[in-house]
Amino acid sequence: MAITRRKFLGWMGAAGVGVTVGKTAQAASNKHFTGHPDSMGVLHDIARCVGCRSCEAACNTVNQLPPPEASFKDLTVLDRKRRTTPPEYTVVNRYDATSAGSKQIYRKNQCNHCLEPACASACFVKAFTKSAEGAVIYDETVCVGCRYCMVACPFEIPTYEYDKALTPRVTKCTMCHPLVQEGKLPGCVEACPTEALSFGKRDDLLKIARERIRKDPDNYIDHIYGEQEMGGTSWLYISNVPFKELGMREDLGITPAPALTAGALGAVPIVVGLWPVLLTGIYAISQRKDKVAEEEQALAVAAAQQATQEKAAAELKKTLEMKEKEKETAINMAVKKALDEAAKAQEEAAQAEEAAQAQEAAAPAGEAAPEAQDDKDQKQTEEDS
Amino acid sequence: MSDTKTATGGTLLTPFNMVAGLILLVGSVITVLRFTGGLGAVSNLSDYNPWGLWIGFDLLVGVALAAGGFVTSAACYIFGLKRYHSAVRPAILTAFLGYALVVFALHYDVGRPWRLPYPFIVQPGTTSLLFEVGACVALYLTVLFIEYTPAALEWLGLKRARSIVVKLTLLLTIFGVVLSTLHQSSLGALYLIAPSKLHPLWYSGYLPVYFFISAIIAGLSMVIFEGSLAHKHFHDKMDETHLAEADGVTLGFGKAAAFVLFGYFVIKVIGLAVDNNWHYLTTGWGVWYLFEIVGFVLLPCYLYAIGARDKNVKLIRRTSGLAVLGIVLNRLNISLIAFNYHLPSSERYVPHWMEIGITLFVVTIGVLVYRFIVTHMPILYEHPDFKEDH
Repeated sequence: MAITRRKFLGWMGAAGVGVTVGKTAQAASNKHFTGHPDSMGVLHDIARCVGCRSCEAACNTVNQLPPPEASFKDLTVLDRKRRTTPPEYTVVNRYDATSAGSKQIYRKNQCNHCLEPACASACFVKAFTKSAEGAVIYDETVCVGCRYCMVACPFEIPTYEYDKALTPRVTKCTMCHPLVQEGKLPGCVEACPTEALSFGKRDDLLKIARERIRKDPDNYIDHIYGEQEMGGTSWLYISNVPFKELGMREDLGITPAPALTAGALGAVPIVVGLWPVLLTGIYAISQRKDKVAEEEQALAVAAAQQATQEKAAAELKKTLEMKEKEKETAINMAVKKALDEAAKAQEEAAQAEEAAQAQEAAAPAGEAAPEAQDDKDQKQTEEDS
Repeated sequence: MSDTKTATGGTLLTPFNMVAGLILLVGSVITVLRFTGGLGAVSNLSDYNPWGLWIGFDLLVGVALAAGGFVTSAACYIFGLKRYHSAVRPAILTAFLGYALVVFALHYDVGRPWRLPYPFIVQPGTTSLLFEVGACVALYLTVLFIEYTPAALEWLGLKRARSIVVKLTLLLTIFGVVLSTLHQSSLGALYLIAPSKLHPLWYSGYLPVYFFISAIIAGLSMVIFEGSLAHKHFHDKMDETHLAEADGVTLGFGKAAAFVLFGYFVIKVIGLAVDNNWHYLTTGWGVWYLFEIVGFVLLPCYLYAIGARDKNVKLIRRTSGLAVLGIVLNRLNISLIAFNYHLPSSERYVPHWMEIGITLFVVTIGVLVYRFIVTHMPILYEHPDFKEDH
């Protein structure tokens, strides 16, 4: 099958359609997203947290979560490290800060509401959206339950209702989005007795955090966790001990999650655009190679055939000539033989005649005899020489 | 497997059939448990480990090992290596079954499988690599189905329909290569978003390239491996062309695999150098990494090369098993073993026996369907009515 222009154009058309249904690659540009303007956030001042679990209790009430196994007043749960679970959008953990002489430090953990969330970038049904107010919101009505958001989240926050057979959901902190829209505070912030949690515009919270660090540089670590981590989060932390000692990863980098996959997504249109052209080209080349090989073979066969035929013809001719010659020779020989025989016969006849004549002339004249003798002698000398 | 001939002949109570039957029975019970008790009832999946064996093996390994379809059809129809023609149909069949089973297994893993079309009909999340994987796998499964249909149509005697499909061969092959390039690489790119969870020796910006190149290795090796199994058990189903070409396919694919493996090794080293990860090689993880690279990349590369040089079909067949194991190890390393390496051992994932049960269930279904198709349809031989046209 050869490629006609029409076919080639048809395939290119198909490839073009492929490009249009391809995916868009965001963040593959020099645009830098610094968050929705005036979006809200929470500042968690870890130095002020006393581990009372009031925030956990408030979260449970506000979000109408199932009652806990142990009361929120029971502080023995702090003896083990806990993580977020389907009925616990937020948990407080206790850490022994080694750098501060094994001082007991408490940290509240929940969704950090990234400015450019990994979960939202990873979701293939757009079940997550970053709201203008700052919250990352989950839509359970479209969620397929692939749990790629949980793989993607660098803070290991989303949890899954593994025990539900038909309606499992991903769950996580909503930053009390419905309350915030009503102009109220998130449940945990409202409940915090020590003002370890402050709700406000993220920009303002950053200023407050810097101010606190500036005023008390001996106490605070000079870093606002969440200002840059993973491209920035709406939830911000300041602390009096290194974040690493509080189970917070300091190796996450400042690249927002979507930028990590932008390159791979950007390759899609290139593959869709280039592969068909290259592959069709390779196909055309291999077809052409086959065709040329076939033609060359045909030519070679024809040439070989002709050579053989010519050779055969030449041989035939030669043989015929030889036969002709042989025949001629044979005829000549036969003629010669016949002539010789005839000559011999003539000679014999002549000799016989001579003999008869000699006999006749023997008596009257004897001169002829010596003459014959001379002839004989002469022949002899010729043979000797 | 050695009893397949008698199975088609008469008695069904062969050891193979009994084991397969048992697996199907157990698998059906687990299926009921899964869809009545939820994922938690049958798996060790957790909030830290949202992806387990069903993604690591059934999806990642399944898709990689099904790469034989696009590799073989590209070699034959695009690169014009007609001498591999008899290998195309078995490879396409394996690929089709492989992808079909991947999609089937996915129904166990996702929370609400009936919503699997949502990304395409409700709202597409186009920033997700998983969307790309999903779209390409769905399209490619369709392509493979169409590519496979001539065998079924010949079996059914539908000549007209068959001739239409056969005319589409080149277009389907090109489409298949494009889709395979995209989703094979995207499976690796899925992990690009989690640099903090995957060990640096396995995490690399080149993950999509690694996955694509190693999928070619998997495809080539799987064609050889599966060919040797088929020769053992379905020898009587093969026609003279298939038997005559089989050794050529093994030698040619073995040689190609040696080259690709070496290229793969080189880009792995480049990846190490680019991220300057050499210092990890002296750690425990480094030993494990070297075990994978030396034992399952360099060694099969060397053995394939020796086999190709000496025309040693037996060696190449054995090496293909090693190479396939290497792909399994690589995918499991990335999805399970080196993933979440930072977590304490109490939080690490070990598959539940019922997860393994479902994986065996899925593989068994694949083997049974393969057996039915090759014993009934013209896969390993050419249908006498259609011999001349290809």
